[in-house]
Amino acid sequence: MIRLERRPAPSRFWTAATPVLAVLLTMLAGGLMFALLGKDPVAAIRIIFWDPLFNPQFASYSRPQLLVKAGPLILIAVGLSFGFRANIWNIGAEGQYIIGALCGAGVALAFYPLEAWFIFPLMVLAGALGGWAWAMIPAILKTRFNTNEILVSLLLVYVAERLLAALAMGRMRNPEGGGFPGSRNIANYPSASNTELIANTGMHWGVVTAFIAVIFGYILLHRHILGYHVQLAGQAPRAARFAGVNPDRLVMFCLGLAGLLAGLAGMFEVAGPAGRINIDFGSGYGFTAIIVAFLGRLHPIGILLAGLLLGLTYIGGELAQMMLGLPSAAIQAFQGMLLFFLLALDMLSNYRIRLKPREVA
Amino acid sequence: MDLSSINPIVLIASMMAAATPILLAATGELICEKSGVLNLGVEGMMITGAVCGFVVAAGTGNPWLGFAFAALAALAISLIFGIITQVLMANQVATGLGLTLFGLGLSALIGQGYQGVRPPRVPRIEIPYLSDIPVLGRILFSHDPMVHISLLLVVAVWVFLKFTRAGLILRAVGENHHAAHALGYRVVRVRLMAIAFGGAMAGLGGAYLSLVRVPQWTEGMTAGAGWIALALVVFAAWRPWRLLLGAYLFGGIVVLQLNLQAAGVRIPVEYLAMSPYLITILVLVIISSSRGRNALNAPGSLNRTYHASQ
Amino acid sequence: MSDTTEALLRVEGITRAYPGVIANDDISFAIRPGEVHALLGENGAGKSTLVKIIYGLVRPDAGQMWFQGAPFHPADPSAARAAGVGMVFQHFSLFDALDVAENVALGMENAPPQRQLARSIREISQAYGLPLDPSRLVGELSAGERQRVEIVRCLLQNPKLLIMDEPTSVLTPQEVEILFRTLRKLAAEGTAILYISHKLEEIRALCEAATILRDGRVVDTCNPREKTARELAEMMVGGTLQQPARAKAPPGETVLELDIRTLPPALAFGTTLRDLSLSVRAGEILGIGGVAGNGQDELLAVLSGETRLPAQALKLSGIGIGRLGAERRRALGLLSAPEERLGHAAAPDMSLTENALLTGASRERLVSSGFIRWGRARAFARRIIQEFDVRTPGPATPARALSGGNLQKFVIGREVLQRPDVLVVNQPTWGVDAKAAAAIRQALMDLAAQGAAVVVISQDLDELMEIADRFAALNAGRLSPPRDMRELSLEAIGLMLGGAHDMEVAADDAVERTGEVISELVQPGAANEEPRP
Repeated sequence: MIRLERRPAPSRFWTAATPVLAVLLTMLAGGLMFALLGKDPVAAIRIIFWDPLFNPQFASYSRPQLLVKAGPLILIAVGLSFGFRANIWNIGAEGQYIIGALCGAGVALAFYPLEAWFIFPLMVLAGALGGWAWAMIPAILKTRFNTNEILVSLLLVYVAERLLAALAMGRMRNPEGGGFPGSRNIANYPSASNTELIANTGMHWGVVTAFIAVIFGYILLHRHILGYHVQLAGQAPRAARFAGVNPDRLVMFCLGLAGLLAGLAGMFEVAGPAGRINIDFGSGYGFTAIIVAFLGRLHPIGILLAGLLLGLTYIGGELAQMMLGLPSAAIQAFQGMLLFFLLALDMLSNYRIRLKPREVA
Repeated sequence: MDLSSINPIVLIASMMAAATPILLAATGELICEKSGVLNLGVEGMMITGAVCGFVVAAGTGNPWLGFAFAALAALAISLIFGIITQVLMANQVATGLGLTLFGLGLSALIGQGYQGVRPPRVPRIEIPYLSDIPVLGRILFSHDPMVHISLLLVVAVWVFLKFTRAGLILRAVGENHHAAHALGYRVVRVRLMAIAFGGAMAGLGGAYLSLVRVPQWTEGMTAGAGWIALALVVFAAWRPWRLLLGAYLFGGIVVLQLNLQAAGVRIPVEYLAMSPYLITILVLVIISSSRGRNALNAPGSLNRTYHASQ
Repeated sequence: MSDTTEALLRVEGITRAYPGVIANDDISFAIRPGEVHALLGENGAGKSTLVKIIYGLVRPDAGQMWFQGAPFHPADPSAARAAGVGMVFQHFSLFDALDVAENVALGMENAPPQRQLARSIREISQAYGLPLDPSRLVGELSAGERQRVEIVRCLLQNPKLLIMDEPTSVLTPQEVEILFRTLRKLAAEGTAILYISHKLEEIRALCEAATILRDGRVVDTCNPREKTARELAEMMVGGTLQQPARAKAPPGETVLELDIRTLPPALAFGTTLRDLSLSVRAGEILGIGGVAGNGQDELLAVLSGETRLPAQALKLSGIGIGRLGAERRRALGLLSAPEERLGHAAAPDMSLTENALLTGASRERLVSSGFIRWGRARAFARRIIQEFDVRTPGPATPARALSGGNLQKFVIGREVLQRPDVLVVNQPTWGVDAKAAAAIRQALMDLAAQGAAVVVISQDLDELMEIADRFAALNAGRLSPPRDMRELSLEAIGLMLGGAHDMEVAADDAVERTGEVISELVQPGAANEEPRP
């Protein structure tokens, strides 16, 4: 008989080891999935995890892509992690990301073709505010009317997607685009472009912001009373109230921060790598960032590493699609599996497994 | 714009059809939540049901096999959620999200090569005489059988919860798992069964989308139906009858919105397509702001992790 | 030990270990039909584990049991119920959102249809003087009524052995009297009763045999009627107990004044506070007695700042502070410690350092311009551990790893060391071993002697009689006018708790109920034949 015994204190070893173990198990299970699809599992895993970085044929293209993909994931996940720690579940980052991009692009398109130094900072501001405002909808509904923030934030993703489609085909459509949906290319508009800062690294302002967010998140979480209150509210809500934490203010802070960072991520994406507003702009970063946040143990440094790893699966997935004809959806299933393994193994850090012979009475 | 093309009788009949997938999924989730488990993976289970039902129905030519298989497939992945949350005691919100992400990926994977395929038709049952009754016949008795099955399931769930001992035990487990454990009920077992039922129902709902409502397979075709089903359970304050009301109201909005699109109302299609989500949010706000009785109806142990310590 | 053939239940060599602790170590005892047998021991002595084993909730690692002469090893509670064992839990096994009849049905093996069940509930509850309305929601019942539901649930199955785990902790002295009459009546009918308690006077009044547990072992058996309470206590604790001593200071000026008209509860099934006013002077201890669920948590929340009030409803040294939140009140000198240690007074998974920060942030200057000074927090945690003799490896230990007594010493120590002007504590020694309880009481008395005003909310009347200067009773959200503790007898306190103070109060029916029981006892059986509608 297997008994789970609660540990008096969470095991430090397993807290660090479970993400690694989860990645390994996901590779195993993913390999099995690829084999079922009739692909060589070893080759598939190698192409996804190894080739983008070290294969001389692809590395020159894919290495810079790593930061491009990881940047928004990290930025969004750092924001989400604070809410998740406080048991405030913003799962609509995808929507906040889209709205951030729409606001940023809106500023750029409004000034086009004016060249001025203030356009890009203004876009940054607009993107952040847009994401923040979109996240404040569930926050205000929760604090004012006690409405479930999980459902509202998620439903707002669908609204944001429709809004994106409406604008891409309507007011933001490129008048010189020959009737095709999609806006002007913002990346080619010098005053608004989020350019690569160091050639061939993928480093753009969004990645810089992501790194700043990691540092800022670390300090907030470990050194500041606000980070302490976030953790307290998540672990023991009654104790948090007793300590004097205002739960409404905490909801506003956590959702607002996540929305702000997601909005920034969207804005940097539309002004750089994506280049324009189009129907397919929403690429699922907002959802993958949830996995990043958990894989990183809701810790800024962990999120940095997890963001890079998940970024890698995006690039590797594209590569595998090209080389093996592996469907793009396989990567999504792969990422979902990773989250499952992670959550399942989490038990190891809080419980001890005891094997006991079935008592014979 | 030609609003006269909207026929109220057809509207009501198609409202019932539009409501059926979310009604099925929400009925399953209701049982699941009554046992104290919040499964946010409804969307993932629905789309898994949609694709599995579609593949089997298209392969065998038998839509009923498709429905059966859809229920089984969604049940199977709901048990992943069940084991991770109940046996391994992981956070239900995170695991439910994982189930949705996993289901969306898995379904896209399975459904490759089925885009554009036409599934076998699900026959409509025309009940002699009853279907010929003017107005009512068209509204009530001229549907495919799943519409009626979904209604029967709502009634069955109501009877189960209100009148059976098993239903009482389920409610007790959801209300206070420590007390239920102290009285000797197997909390984890009851919850796993409730989760499995929720999965099977979500699978049926998904298959209804891909086999009847649309009917074809496209990636991400559930488009939030699972989340709306979750919202519906909150709207219904965990009562089966209100669930039925809510589902049909919602079906009505969807159908009206589609009809307005077809009638060429001068609002961009995308804005009309937003309306079901916005209205769902609005309804959630109204329901949650009126506290009192509704809040009391929420199962006491909902979304709490259970460990039989000592 | 009594003869095997005679014993209803015989337990031999029961052992059960948990990680780090042997809860039951080779326990043996026997109980005869119709016997009222006490299991006596401190918190953590292993009483609860033992009865859970008898009720089939926990499997022993080793040992044998016989019930009515046959080997008895219930695999689950339903097997134990089928054999004739009923149990009334300390923390009720009830479901708030279900009605009385549904709650009863859940505890029965073969529950009859609801209508028939409702009738049986009415009949049996009347017969034993425990009237109940089967259609009421359990969440709306008082603590005493909730216990009746549990008892009636057991009685409907004609148990041969009834286990009662700390049944009186939630009852007023009058309700205890009713309960004892019911139990004596049951015993007279042949039902054996296994009575678990650490209240010595009760055991002396009710039980004819006692098995005394300490650290998981049987240390003694006796007839409690032949022992004094002090002897029993020393058997239980395994040493002599020191009475807390107090240096009296003359009471100073009034520091805290509270005045509430009505305040509806924040939570479902909470208590509404009504016409509640109190004032405390520097250097005195105000004891607030009352049965759990009569507004203790709500009162503490009002004082701690978790519930906000109009500014003038709460005054600290004459200044209206009702609108201020918990942290601002602390800064001004009003500190508190809630009842629930894990999850309210402390965060279970956080270290003691982090828990020291929980209330010490501003008064101990552990935070400067928003940034935490971890070094100072750690030092503060260490100081609490040292001065209050908290047994723990160190300040990095998570709160949930501490025993109840040690964590409570930490929680009380955390507030006392911040030199409060007013300290409010709710159930300071609930579920705490005798030594720790004595230390905590001493700390509270020392604090008052140093000139702080102390409010102690407690359901332990002995505790309040020992340390309080004035006493007020909390009943259904109302507070009686406080009276000098020296003027009060236990009976008088009982009447105050029952609600018979000079406000119009809903507890008249409690007195009425007592009357009913007495009349039934005078004419036994009458109630059986003519259940009142």
